[in-house]
Formats: sequence, structure tokens, C-alpha cells
Amino acid sequence: MKAAVVVFPGSNCDRDAARALTLATGQKPHMAWHGDAALPDVDLIVLPGGFSYGDYLRTGAMAAQSPVMREVVARAQKGVRVIGICNGFQILCESGLVPGVLLRNTSLKFVCRSVRLKVENNATDFTAGYEKGQTVSIPVAHGEGNYFAEAETIKKLEGEGRVAFRYIDNPNGSMNDIAGIINEKGNVLGMMPHPERVAEPLHGCTDGIKVFESLLKAVG
Amino acid sequence: MKVRIDIMLKNGVLDPQGKAIGHALGTLGFAGVEDVRVGKTIFVTTSETDAAQALAAGKAMAEKILANLVIEDFIVTVV
Repeated sequence: MKAAVVVFPGSNCDRDAARALTLATGQKPHMAWHGDAALPDVDLIVLPGGFSYGDYLRTGAMAAQSPVMREVVARAQKGVRVIGICNGFQILCESGLVPGVLLRNTSLKFVCRSVRLKVENNATDFTAGYEKGQTVSIPVAHGEGNYFAEAETIKKLEGEGRVAFRYIDNPNGSMNDIAGIINEKGNVLGMMPHPERVAEPLHGCTDGIKVFESLLKAVG
Repeated sequence: MKVRIDIMLKNGVLDPQGKAIGHALGTLGFAGVEDVRVGKTIFVTTSETDAAQALAAGKAMAEKILANLVIEDFIVTVV
């Protein structure tokens, strides 16, 4: 599996994502800069966590307009897998690749701790390595992770099994305890928790590596 | 010409920041505060001299990037 990690000014989880990908696939990913208008031929694009463009205007709003995102959107439409983690999820929302938006946490506090998630749907390219209903422990680190969408959209997401991960103890006020969703075609996943931070024994937990291993299996 | 874009959260979208400010106002002794909503105002200075054109441009900017229409409404005025 060939992968690319997009680096925006203010990204801070790009190296962690690259490390997790290298561990899972045995190949170093291509690191793409936000100004790149073209991307190499890849099977997976990772939008990493961080504070792209200093979260100016709205989280992810500036990054969604960057040259590289035009290419990411075009690739996603062609079926290339895209995973947006934390700020990457916010960017996916702002660029319209997944519905909804991430609002300020209801507590108004930045939450940085491990949270328990339920694998709601394991029939996706991103979660096939997990058991359905399995509880995993993956850390969150965000001030704006409160998933919001119109009632109709939520109904659609739930009805189509597009909630991939759900919080067991909701840390941010997200509607329906939503921690991660996939797009209609199933090739784009946005999630607030950081699977790349629990990817090897040194992290103290390896619950997140299966996201990358699942992708490897799906893509080959 | 200056275009003013006021952006507010839609009714029904939770505004925890507004809520916290409301609590602070109560603590400061401002009685009767029922609700506080926080928005933002953006001023765009443009070389456009036609007010209708400037207004239309401001609206397009708001729709394209300045506001997120899932959660926000906006009002554009020429000032």
C-alpha cells in the first residue's frame, strides 16, 4: 500500500501518522506539502492532526481551500481511501468530503486523554480488523471535536451504518456520541481520536494500529 | 468600499461559549440575562465602487468560505 501524509502549516501529528503507516505497511509514506497541486499515485491519503493554519476562521476551513486539498477531493471522488484524523476530520468536514461540522467541546475545555470507543461498524476498509461492537481505547486531543449535523444527516448516517466509531463516555458533546464517520462511498473516514498514537507497544497500547492494518488488507 | 459580514450560529446550534459568557454575566450581577449568542464580524475592504457588486461579492465570499452554512447564518452589508 502506497500512502501519502499531507503536511499543512500547523500539522503536528504528521510524523506520528507516518510512523504508524511505516509500521503497518513496511513502507515509508510520501510526505505531501499543503501547496502541492499534484500527488504521486497512492492508495491512501492521510490528513493528520494538528492546528492547520492556526485554526483561523474555523478549524480546517483554511486547509480545506489549500491547493493540495483540491487534489485530495479529486482523488477521493475517484475512490482513493482518505483518512482524516482530528484536525484531518475537521478538514474533511470543511471540504465537504464528509457531512457535518466539529464544534467547540460542550465543556469548553481542551480534552487530552484516552477514551473508550465502540467499533460500531467493522464492515469498512478502515475497521475490518476489529470485531463489531469491540471496545478500544484510543486517545483524543482536541478543543473542537463536538460533532454536529442536521437531524436529517444524523438519521442518514445512522441508517446507512456510517458511524464507524462511537464514544462510550462522550468527551465533547458529539451528537449520538459520534467519534468517527465514513462517507457515502465508504472510502473516506473522519475520526477525532488518534489511532496513530496507540500504534506500537512503546505507546502502552496498540488498539489503533488495526486502522492502518485494515487499510493495508483492503488495498493490498 | 467596505463590506461587512456578520456571522451568527443558527438557532438551535449549541453555543457553549455564549453559555459560559451568560454565566459570567450572571456572576457579575447582570440580572435577567436569558441567553447569549456569540458571532463574528468580518470587514472586507475592496476596490469595488459599485455597492450592489460589492454586496454580491461579500455574499459569495460568505457562502464559499467565511461562513459554514451547516451551522451559521450571515448578513452582508456595505458600510
